[in-house]
Amino acid sequence: MAAYLLRRLAQSALILLGVSFITFFLLYVLPADPVRQIAGRSATPETVENIRQQLGLDRPFAVQYARYLGALAQGDMGRSYLQKTEVAELILSRLPATLLLMAGAIFFELLLGLTMGIVAALRRGRAVDQVLMVTSFVTVSAPQFVVSLLLLYVFAVKLGWFPIGGYGTFAHLVLPAITLGILGSGWYARMMRSSMIDVLRADYIRTARAKGLTRGRIVLRHALPNAILPVIAMIGIDIGIFMGGIVVVESVFGWPGIGQLAWQAIQRVDIPIIMGVTLVSAAAIVLGNLIADLIAPFIDPRIRLR
Amino acid sequence: MNDLSAADALPRGTLSRLMQRKAALFGLVIIAMVVAGALLAPWIAPYDPNEQMFDGLTLEGAPMPPGGQFLLGTDLLGRDLFSRLLHGARTSLVIGIVANGLALLIGTLVGITAGFFRGWIGAGLMRFTDLMMAFPALLLAICLAAIFEPSLWIVAMVIALVNWVQTARVIYTETSSLATRDFIAAERTLGASTSRILFRHVLPHLLPTIIVWGTLGISTTVLLEATLSFLGVGVQPPTASWGNIIFENQTYFQSAPWLVFIPGAAIILLALAFNLVGDALRDVLDPTQRGRD
Repeated sequence: MAAYLLRRLAQSALILLGVSFITFFLLYVLPADPVRQIAGRSATPETVENIRQQLGLDRPFAVQYARYLGALAQGDMGRSYLQKTEVAELILSRLPATLLLMAGAIFFELLLGLTMGIVAALRRGRAVDQVLMVTSFVTVSAPQFVVSLLLLYVFAVKLGWFPIGGYGTFAHLVLPAITLGILGSGWYARMMRSSMIDVLRADYIRTARAKGLTRGRIVLRHALPNAILPVIAMIGIDIGIFMGGIVVVESVFGWPGIGQLAWQAIQRVDIPIIMGVTLVSAAAIVLGNLIADLIAPFIDPRIRLR
Repeated sequence: MNDLSAADALPRGTLSRLMQRKAALFGLVIIAMVVAGALLAPWIAPYDPNEQMFDGLTLEGAPMPPGGQFLLGTDLLGRDLFSRLLHGARTSLVIGIVANGLALLIGTLVGITAGFFRGWIGAGLMRFTDLMMAFPALLLAICLAAIFEPSLWIVAMVIALVNWVQTARVIYTETSSLATRDFIAAERTLGASTSRILFRHVLPHLLPTIIVWGTLGISTTVLLEATLSFLGVGVQPPTASWGNIIFENQTYFQSAPWLVFIPGAAIILLALAFNLVGDALRDVLDPTQRGRD
C-alpha cells in the first residue's frame, strides 16, 4: 500500500510536470503577446521592450521555463502581469468559492442521479425506466451555458426565487450548483441503474426475498448499500469534469471562483494566472483520480492495487 | 473468421435493428432533419442569414418575436433567426464531422499503436495519454481558441486536439486484448505481415468501437463548439453558429428569450440525437450487451 501510494504520487508529480511544460510551451509559442496587453496600445516601442525585459520575456524558452519551475518548487507561482498580485494569493482567495460550488454540485448530482437510477432499476423495462433513461441523456446533452440561462430565466427572472447572480448567501449557490451538477446527474443515473440491476440479480437478494422480507426492506437495507458504493466512488473522477465546467458556470453567474479568474486571465493573456489555474486544476484532477483508485479496493475487495 | 472485411464487422441489419428502438429512431430522425436543413440551407432559408433587414426590427428597435413574417423572429440586428439557425446547422455539422473525424483518427492511431506495439512506444504513448487526461479539457480548449485568431478550422483543430484522448484509451484497451488472441498469433505464425494483421484482422474488430465512439464523439464536439462560440472564442460572427447566436443575443435574453432558447434547444436536440444513436449502436453492435436491457 505504501509502495503503491509512493509510486502513484511520483507518477502524479511527473504528470503535473508534463502539464506545466505543455502549457508553458503553448503559451510561449502562441501568437498573443502579453506585453502589448500590459503596455497598452499607445506605448512606445522602448516601453514595450522595457517591460519585456523586466518580466524576463526576452529570454529563451528554456531559461524562462527553468525559472518558472525553480520558483514553483519554492511555492512561488509568480505575479499576475496586470493585477500585480501573487498568483498563489489570487488562487487561494478564489478557491473557497469554487470548492463551495463544487460541493453544491456534487450534492445535487448525487441527489438527482442516484434517485433517477434507483427508480429506473426498480421499474426496469417499464415506461418510467425508459423516460428516466432518455432524461439522463438529455442532461448530458445540454450545454452548461444553455442550462444556466434557462434556470436564470425561469427561476430568477420570471419567478424571482433566486438572485440573478453573485455570491454570498445560500440562495446564490442554488442555481450555479444545479447547472454544474446536472451534467453529472445523467451519468450517475445510468451507473446507479446498472449497478442496482446487477445487485438485485445477486443470490443474497434472492435469499432475502425467500426469507420473506418486504420489498422496501430488501431494496433499502440489502441492495442499496452494495449498489451505491461503486457509484459514489466515482466522485473523484467528477473533479475533472467540473474543472472545465466552472469556467462557463462561474462567468454566467458571476461566481468569484477560479473559473472566473481563469476566464478573465485568458482574455487578457495574463500568463502567470493561466499557468497557475491550469496547474491547480490538473492537480485536482490527478488527486481526484488517485482518491478514486485508492477507495476502490475498500469497496470491492477483489480489486488489488498494483 | 480469418478474413473479416469491414462490411462483416457491422452485422447485417444494424440499421433496421436501430430503427426498432424508439429512442434511436428519434435520434436518426433529428439527425436527418438537421443534415437536410444544413444541406438545403441556401434554398430553404427564407432570407439571407446575414442581411440586417430594415423591417426586421420593431419601431423601437427591438427584435421581432416568433410568428408572423419571420417564422422564429429576428435577432438584435434584425436578421432572420430561422435562416441563421439553418446556416448554423452547417457550422455545427462541419465542426462535428471534421473535428470529430480528426480526433477519431488521432485516437485510433495512438490506441492501435500503443496496444499493438508494446514496449517503449506503447508505454510512452499511453503515458502521454495519461498526461492529456490530467488537462482540464475545456480550459485548454478555451485557452487555445482565445489565443489563436479563431476561425472555423482553428476551432475544429482545437476540439480535435482535446478530444482524441478518450478514443485512444478505449482503442488501446481493445487492441491490447486483441493482440494476445489466438487468431492473431496464428496469422503471425502463417507469416502475415504486420500491416496485413493490423488492417485485415485488428482494424475490422475495432470498427464497431470506432463507430460507437465516433457517434458519441460528435455530440461532445457539437457541445464544445457551442460552448466556445458562446464564450466568443469559437466561430466568429457573422458566420452563424448555434453557440454564437446565443453569444450575440444573451444581453437581451430577458426580453427576447427565444433568441437564446431556440438555438439552445437546437444544440440540445442535436447532441441528444447523436448520444441516443451512439448508445443504441453500442447495444446493437456489442454482442455481450445483448439481452441485458
